[in-house]
Amino acid sequence: MLRDITIGQYYPGDSVIHKLDPRTKLMATLIYILSLFVFRNVAGFAAVTFALVFIIVLSQVPFGFMVKGLKAIVIILIITALFNLFLTPGDALVTFWKLKITREGLKNTAFMTVRLIYLVLGSSILTLTTTPNQLTDGMEKALRPFNKIHVPVHEIAMMMSIALRFIPILIEETDKIMKAQLARGADFESGNIVKKAKAMVPLLVPLFISAFRRANDLALAMEARCYHGGEGRTKMKPLKYRGVDGVAYLVIFGYFIAVISLRIWM
Amino acid sequence: MSIILDKVNYIYSEKTAYEIHALKDINLKIDDGEFIGVIGHTGSGKSTLIQHLNGLMKASSGGIYYNGQDIYDADYDKKDLRRKVGLVFQYPEHQLFETTVFADVCFGPKNCGLSRKESELKAFTALRSVGLPEDYWYRSPFELSGGQKRRAAIAGVLAMEPEVLVLDEPTAGLDPKGRDEILDQVASLHRERKMTIILVSHSMEDVAKYVGRLIVMNHGSVLYDGMPKEVFAHYRELEEVGLAAPQVTYLMHELRKRGIPANGVATTLEEAKQSILQAFAEKNNRK
Repeated sequence: MLRDITIGQYYPGDSVIHKLDPRTKLMATLIYILSLFVFRNVAGFAAVTFALVFIIVLSQVPFGFMVKGLKAIVIILIITALFNLFLTPGDALVTFWKLKITREGLKNTAFMTVRLIYLVLGSSILTLTTTPNQLTDGMEKALRPFNKIHVPVHEIAMMMSIALRFIPILIEETDKIMKAQLARGADFESGNIVKKAKAMVPLLVPLFISAFRRANDLALAMEARCYHGGEGRTKMKPLKYRGVDGVAYLVIFGYFIAVISLRIWM
Repeated sequence: MSIILDKVNYIYSEKTAYEIHALKDINLKIDDGEFIGVIGHTGSGKSTLIQHLNGLMKASSGGIYYNGQDIYDADYDKKDLRRKVGLVFQYPEHQLFETTVFADVCFGPKNCGLSRKESELKAFTALRSVGLPEDYWYRSPFELSGGQKRRAAIAGVLAMEPEVLVLDEPTAGLDPKGRDEILDQVASLHRERKMTIILVSHSMEDVAKYVGRLIVMNHGSVLYDGMPKEVFAHYRELEEVGLAAPQVTYLMHELRKRGIPANGVATTLEEAKQSILQAFAEKNNRK
């Protein structure tokens, strides 16, 4: 039941996008997100759409898989759309009661909705084609310069990878405990809010205990392997840029320049 | 009165990259009062199978009938089924949550809609039958040792007075003494209360000693289904699927190879002892 959650899920594959260095993909995602907020006309929109479709096709991840991630933002999407639609000042097209829909509002709404949808789709390609480990590795290496100003980059990356690693474990654990309590006649579905909240106790108490137990075991296992932070630590699979990454960087920067020029000259 | 599985199939994550066909056309009939052992390699579908018995998992196709009624009928009382088919998961102590052991054992009967008094009465009987000493009853379940926690958790399922008790590796991670105690208590539930028991285990010695019928799972299908003796006679085939026969079975085969006419399919120590002694007695008589 809980296994169906797809947030941050990796889709195994062998595409060009899968093989790119995680740093390249992080940079590409960053620039893609920036570009989403740069465009403001139909030409820019076309360029961004083309880039997105291009990447989706290259990644070989089924489109249906990405759309699943959109379900999570439907409510945010509706709220944003409504606010943009009714609260943008400008030429009124339709007016009823105190609300009016303006030309600018309509345009803002359309662009904002597209931006949010593209944002989720684009960033889901990053998580669908990169394992959590690669992702944190990439982040650690890309952010290493910040070590100079005493940002504990390695520690943050380690915490992130542990947290990410624990998500499926805890989901599985929740599933197990839920089933065990269901087998003892527990009821998680019926009743009002108070009753439902109370019904969570037999689920949450064992879950917390197991999370603490696992954290404790992990800390012990790390100490037993002489873990002492990032100082002088080497990687089993060090990140290395390859030719394809260079090409990817060129494409990304070319794309960014194109989107900016579309904004300035069109 | 029985459980019938008719062509049960189960597929995990159907139509995705992670698709796994966990159960393939399982046909089984489990009669009242049987003591059944289920063995199989990790990932053979044992745990998936037993979660179908009380309706926690729904088969992708096929039917399950409990006492003649289809449990997938829209108006079938699933909650009642879960009460009648008690399922003890692997590491059941991880489900404990109440402030005292006694309150935790009361959780099941209370969910069945019993009054406080009735629930406490059932908890009392259940804790007695798993042999947990009374001075632990009002302690926090988290203060108990591993074996005691396990008993408290098993009591939590027994308190619902199920007709069928399914145990998923109830002895995993216990020392030999704790293991024998728990299995002896399960066996006595079978003997005295005529409960149907289904025991999932990795230990061939355990199943050989206790069960009357043995089901071997491999890659989601039933490979063998019969008396332990019959099943362990296939010990070479069992080895091929990553299982083994009890060690005494090997000893007996080895003895026979060296010319001692002992019964080759002994599966428990007691049987082995009997047949070895018999073999020696015959030898002496012949002299």
